[in-house]
Amino acid sequence: MATDLAFEATRQPSPLLLWATRHRVALASLFLLLFPLVMPFKALAVMILIYGLYALGFNLLFGYLGLLSFGHSALFGAGAYLCGIAIVHFGWPWYLAIGLGLLAGMVVALVIGALAIRTRGIYFAMVTMALSQCVYYLFYQAVDLTGGENGLRGVNLKTVNLFGFDVDFLNPLSRYYIICGFVIAALWVLSRILASPFGAVIEAVRENEARARASGYDVMLVRLLTFVLSGAFCGLAGALLALHLSTVPIETMHYETSGLAVMMCLLGGMGTFFGPFIGAAIFLLLENLVSVWTSHWQLFVGLAFMVCVLFFPRGIWGTLMERMKA
Amino acid sequence: MTMQPAPQDQSIIMRTEGVGKTFGRFVALKDISAEFRHGAITSIIGPNGAGKSTYFNLLSGAFAPTTGKVLFEGRDVTGMAQHKFAHLGIAKSFQITNVFPLLTTHENIRVSLQALVSRFDIFRPRTRLSELDDEAEALLERVGLAGHRHRLAGSLAHGEQRALEVGMALASHPRLLLLDEPTAGMSPEETRTMMDLIVRLAEERTVILVEHKMKLVMGISDRLLVLHHGELLAEGTPDDIRRNETVKRVYLGQREH
Repeated sequence: MATDLAFEATRQPSPLLLWATRHRVALASLFLLLFPLVMPFKALAVMILIYGLYALGFNLLFGYLGLLSFGHSALFGAGAYLCGIAIVHFGWPWYLAIGLGLLAGMVVALVIGALAIRTRGIYFAMVTMALSQCVYYLFYQAVDLTGGENGLRGVNLKTVNLFGFDVDFLNPLSRYYIICGFVIAALWVLSRILASPFGAVIEAVRENEARARASGYDVMLVRLLTFVLSGAFCGLAGALLALHLSTVPIETMHYETSGLAVMMCLLGGMGTFFGPFIGAAIFLLLENLVSVWTSHWQLFVGLAFMVCVLFFPRGIWGTLMERMKA
Repeated sequence: MTMQPAPQDQSIIMRTEGVGKTFGRFVALKDISAEFRHGAITSIIGPNGAGKSTYFNLLSGAFAPTTGKVLFEGRDVTGMAQHKFAHLGIAKSFQITNVFPLLTTHENIRVSLQALVSRFDIFRPRTRLSELDDEAEALLERVGLAGHRHRLAGSLAHGEQRALEVGMALASHPRLLLLDEPTAGMSPEETRTMMDLIVRLAEERTVILVEHKMKLVMGISDRLLVLHHGELLAEGTPDDIRRNETVKRVYLGQREH
């Protein structure tokens, strides 16, 4: 009987899941708005927001289009650096700096994407990683602008003027909610993209490239556009990181940061709307809690990752969603 | 679309002029010139390794010929990108079943329909294109899958997946439908259903199909092309082909190899 069920596989989800999908932005926003109330460490909560957004941008390419990029640190880092540079060297207002960071993510994605998009699978991962390393060294060498090895210091933002009110950006809670505003906007945009006609094309290309091409879709252009959209989310996340840390460490662009996105996505659930945030939360909480009593925290994160891959192959959020479907 | 002033035989929908294809040193196809009549069912037959699939891939734009030209409605389409063929009015189904396995049958058809109206619209909700839903429903019914709209394509039986693929090919309202061994791997009953479907579809459009089993297409084809060792061996009506001595030798007496 169980096999019959698998064979008759339909895609008619339960009413509860349908309702949750329809209101996914509202539900996710509600969760993020309430999150700091249960989370004692506000700075960590902000990091979860930012890395969740970064993983979300990565997930658009990895989970929805099915392309594994190992070069997303370049998009994230470019967003962080350009936002920081705009503030430190040119004295731009914070909102314009964030916009520049977002744009930087898109431009770097366009360049890396245009060069890498023709490759597939492991080759795509390698090419994106190599290109992101090129971007890394470019920023590493431009010491005057980026601070090189020491990172970019002095991205100071004390107050933020919101609709005529000065909001204290140094207060952890108000900082959380300002950044949360951007993240919620990003969630809304992502939801619109996924529900758009183009969202259907992304799924079709993931499912079967040859068929999508025969149906009349320019697969290369679909991939490039998705890569650039992914870059927008990652660039925004990077810009917010620069404001949160008041500095941009060069490690932001290191390929380890690319691996982080893969890990968070797999932990939370690739191709799920909210999975990246769950993945980011689990990863960063583990890192912070375990590193209190041992410096070998990576051992435990690694163990947790293995357990997750073995027992929740669809990620924690993904498995939960799967259960709700049945 | 530019109309060419040169005298153009309206009864010919597709034509190849001396097309050939080599893969490295292997000559898969050489110098094939043939015409396909508007509104007819033309079958490309031949034993295994005759170059049928290579020829099909040249006609459907999967790859460009090494030599020669491919013309569709008088227009040179040699080497044109594959995705543009659907927009010209040429659709194809693959030899190996090719659907979007994790989408429902309805979504499979719907996304194929959408290719003509909306490809890069990233911000409007796709539910606004509700006319596509009804069209997809009609197409599902057309290919005999009306009761399966919520099934995942990957969970359909083989014959149903093939039918779905034909439905997806029809989504682009093609004037020319190319089918690569549409009954491959089918049960006799599924084969019969598919053949009936092809005959019905051919009432409104030109069909070119590649088939390995000669008997199957004799009854329904208006014209046949016989390929052998990458060359055009014979061409004509089913009766011509049946009487052709060379064809008989190739199909019946393959001992000489």
